Amino acid sequence: MALEVQSLESAVVRFAGDSGDGMQLTGSQFTNSTALSGNDLATFPDFPAEIRAPVGTTFGVSAFQINFGATSIKTVGDQPDVLVAMNPAALKVNLGNLRKGGMLVLDEGSFTTRNLQKAGYADNPVEGDALDGYQVIKLDISKMTMEAVKDFGLGNKEALRCKNMWTLGLMLWMYTRKRQPVVDWLEKKFAKKPEIANANIAALNAGHAYGETSELSAHIHQYEVEPVHAEPGIYRTVTGSQALSWGIAAGGDLSGLEVMFGSYPITPASPILHTLSGMKELGIVTFQAEDEIAAICAALGASYAGALGVTSSSGPGIALKTEALGLAISTELPLVVINSQRGGPSTGLPTKTEQSDLYQAIYGRNGDAPMPVVTTRSPGDCFEVAIEACRLAVKYMTPVMLLTDGFIANAAEPWKLPDLDAIEPFPASQAKTPEGDETFNPFLRDEETLARNWGVPGVKGTEHRIGGIEKSYDTGHISYDPDNHQKMTDTRFAKIDGIAGDIPDQVVDQGEDSGTLAVVGWGSTYGPIEEAVKRARADGLSVSHIHLRYLNPFPKNLESLLKGFDKILVPEMNNGQLKTVLRDKFLLDAKPFTQISGLPFKISDLLGAIRAEIAS
Amino acid sequence: MNEMTTPQEKLTIKDFTSDQEVRWCPGCGDYAILKCMQRTLPELGATRENTVFVSGIGCSSRFPYYMDTYGFHTIHGRAPAIATGVKLAKPELDVWVITGDGDGLSIGGNHLMHAIRRDVDLNILLFNNQIYGLTKGQYSPTSVVGTKTPSTPQGSVDPTLNPIAFALGSGARFVARTVDTAQKHMPDVFKRAHAFKGASFVEILQNCIVYNDAIWEEITNKKTAPDHQLLLEHGMPMIFGAERNKGIIFNAKSFALEVVTIGENGITEGDILVHDETSLQMARMLGDLGENPSEPAPMGVIYAAEADQSYVDAVRGQMVSEKGKRSLKDIIHGGQTWVVE
Ligand SMILES: Cc1ncc(C[n+]2csc(CCOP(=O)(O)OP(=O)(O)O)c2C)c(N)n1
Ligand code: SF4
Repeated sequence: MALEVQSLESAVVRFAGDSGDGMQLTGSQFTNSTALSGNDLATFPDFPAEIRAPVGTTFGVSAFQINFGATSIKTVGDQPDVLVAMNPAALKVNLGNLRKGGMLVLDEGSFTTRNLQKAGYADNPVEGDALDGYQVIKLDISKMTMEAVKDFGLGNKEALRCKNMWTLGLMLWMYTRKRQPVVDWLEKKFAKKPEIANANIAALNAGHAYGETSELSAHIHQYEVEPVHAEPGIYRTVTGSQALSWGIAAGGDLSGLEVMFGSYPITPASPILHTLSGMKELGIVTFQAEDEIAAICAALGASYAGALGVTSSSGPGIALKTEALGLAISTELPLVVINSQRGGPSTGLPTKTEQSDLYQAIYGRNGDAPMPVVTTRSPGDCFEVAIEACRLAVKYMTPVMLLTDGFIANAAEPWKLPDLDAIEPFPASQAKTPEGDETFNPFLRDEETLARNWGVPGVKGTEHRIGGIEKSYDTGHISYDPDNHQKMTDTRFAKIDGIAGDIPDQVVDQGEDSGTLAVVGWGSTYGPIEEAVKRARADGLSVSHIHLRYLNPFPKNLESLLKGFDKILVPEMNNGQLKTVLRDKFLLDAKPFTQISGLPFKISDLLGAIRAEIAS
Repeated sequence: MNEMTTPQEKLTIKDFTSDQEVRWCPGCGDYAILKCMQRTLPELGATRENTVFVSGIGCSSRFPYYMDTYGFHTIHGRAPAIATGVKLAKPELDVWVITGDGDGLSIGGNHLMHAIRRDVDLNILLFNNQIYGLTKGQYSPTSVVGTKTPSTPQGSVDPTLNPIAFALGSGARFVARTVDTAQKHMPDVFKRAHAFKGASFVEILQNCIVYNDAIWEEITNKKTAPDHQLLLEHGMPMIFGAERNKGIIFNAKSFALEVVTIGENGITEGDILVHDETSLQMARMLGDLGENPSEPAPMGVIYAAEADQSYVDAVRGQMVSEKGKRSLKDIIHGGQTWVVE
């Protein structure tokens, strides 16, 4: 008799294995099937910086965590409920975080003396009492996979590669997810190598069948997570890099400009280069430059010529772009600069996430060089924010910095597909050939936005020279006049500050708009803060969550809003940068709560900080 | 080079002269180059609106301000990258890059190399005065060893970089050399560079009267010039000298070009090498010629390869051939989707 299917509100599953074990694929395919089951979800691909670290080592462990549920899911979950460990190293690295009493699925076949040694285990943990307190499911996945694929004529190594599909099959069974989407995907991916496709499908089916049959022996349960009650519409899963790229493409359409994207590969920004390079058919020019300097310079050159220049990188590359950013500010040309932040300084933690480039974005240039800074809170949010960055760049004739991070870049979430026709266009205006006595002045400003007159090559009568030397306020010609420099500097600031009047007022994401404590965040910390504040409020604490999209300028009402709270806590994955900016702008006693570990915040840690701050 | 509609009215030097006061030192070689450019553009049928000058930083890089066309004075060394963006966005523009030996070969060497390697359809003019003018006279990558400057009071020790060899090594398909004083020669070189579809690299020997005066004296002085420059002409023997009795031969034993005197050691005019501007091997050897003071400096078109598909056309071609296949909506809806009712 089959056991009853247990119903869960949510579950956190972490797949961990060697870099070569295909854990990212397993995780993303599990995600896809989960999304198709209608659950809300959040994912966290957590992989090493090394492409193929030596097999079996702890530093070669690659993991993929997914939190999915029948209710709204905002974080990847503090602690996994289930850990799938494909080798001893994966167990060693990840066990500490598994929930007490949680489930541990182990590939016993990989717990060889050699692998145990490489992972630094003196004794085999599977044999002693080290795993007491967990629900351990020991399976010889390696052996069962070999058995399942033996008819496909693969070599030993290739056959073993199907291990991840066996495991995926089992996990799909365990959480009652569909197998067909994975089969479709395998058939498409290995269309040219049908034997590989078929072997993988056989492994997937074998893992699934194993669940079905061993259920009878009652040591494995099946769970069900009901679909979430989401807003009606068409959904798909989306990563931050995808949504951002699509937002840039939409920004080009909405402005009526051709997008020219210049970039140089860097983790974790490269997926944007890859995605946009695959979208040339939309009329997007993509250019892989010789370095980040050339990437921004080419984008700026394109903007000078009348296109919408876009460039993208991560901290070290943004540092290289700094001088050209100054030129973009000085010549007042539209440009979107995307920074997928990662752990720093220097090479830092290339594959880990951080929010430590905020100072760089707001203050990090020579001269008084203001530029708008916007940020995104989740993968799906990237779409809207990218469009907004394009709008500001074009309307105000300015470079705009868009801050995202490694977590958002790689993480996926369900996303309601936008109605592209419903988005308000923002057609760019470029100078036409002057008529009659008119003369062209490239620095004639729009009275309202202070944006300058955009004259572009190819148009007769608007020929002009422009550059990084200070320009006369009145004519745009070179000027070394002291009063003029003051006036131009003031004007550049007034233009950027004026954007505050063109962006929405800051809303309170959760809670009242005044009270004891405001938790103020930005970027990818949205989920953990949201959850922590929810729990604190459930405990009766007077706390609200305010999450910023606009970091420069701040929304007009932000100062008065924040001043309605007795205390302000700013959790950040950096050493307290937004805290400093808030203090700088508003003379507020904002308190930092920081974590610089390369990992997202845990809800429990945030909750502790909220309690402590209220109690202090 | 671009196909352009014939301008309605005939433009003159005046039409290309901006209202900005020229601020180079009196006697600077840059004046002569500027005048020559303003004079040559009308002859090329160029229009003001389709012509763009992009420069880096340096005395020479002030050039765009003085041309009544579109101009972008950018940042140190980056003009080739910015010009690449201009051209990728608007291929119909005629884009000239103005750079110096410091701007183009020191800080901007990487961008220059890649613009040339990609064969971006740009006309790149490198003003070589063998010195950093704007920063008041420090030695540059093209300075000869032993140059005494404020930063090398005992004389520079860095080996000298040869711009022509650099360009050819980067894969240049058009390489030429001229000199600021050559008001007849320079326009021809500009015309050839302009006509070439791809990256055309032109080294212009330029005198900095303040910090490195007379370095090109032997080439520019009427008396010494004939013996120190080799005026190249495609299909013509490489003969030079005041008495036109010197020539260049290829010495197969030393595998090098050699200066010989016609009438000595049995050398006749028939032994002299004939310039073939389509020969890369010959261009490489000519690029090195003149490094030794006893050799003449080749002037004119050193190398002009057969026309190839332009980089910009290739990049944009990928967009056009793909264009319209999918819309943004198709792409967004392209993954696995599900409906929530
Ligand atoms: C990033 C940066 N570094 C240094 C400088 C200073 N700088 C300006 S021009 C120049 C050298 C220019 O030499 P060259 O290219 O030979 O031009 P010239 O002035 O001789 O025409 C230097 C070092 C600068 N403007 N920017
Ligand atoms: S310093 Fe030299 S290169 Fe610069 S303007 Fe004066 S003479 Fe010309």
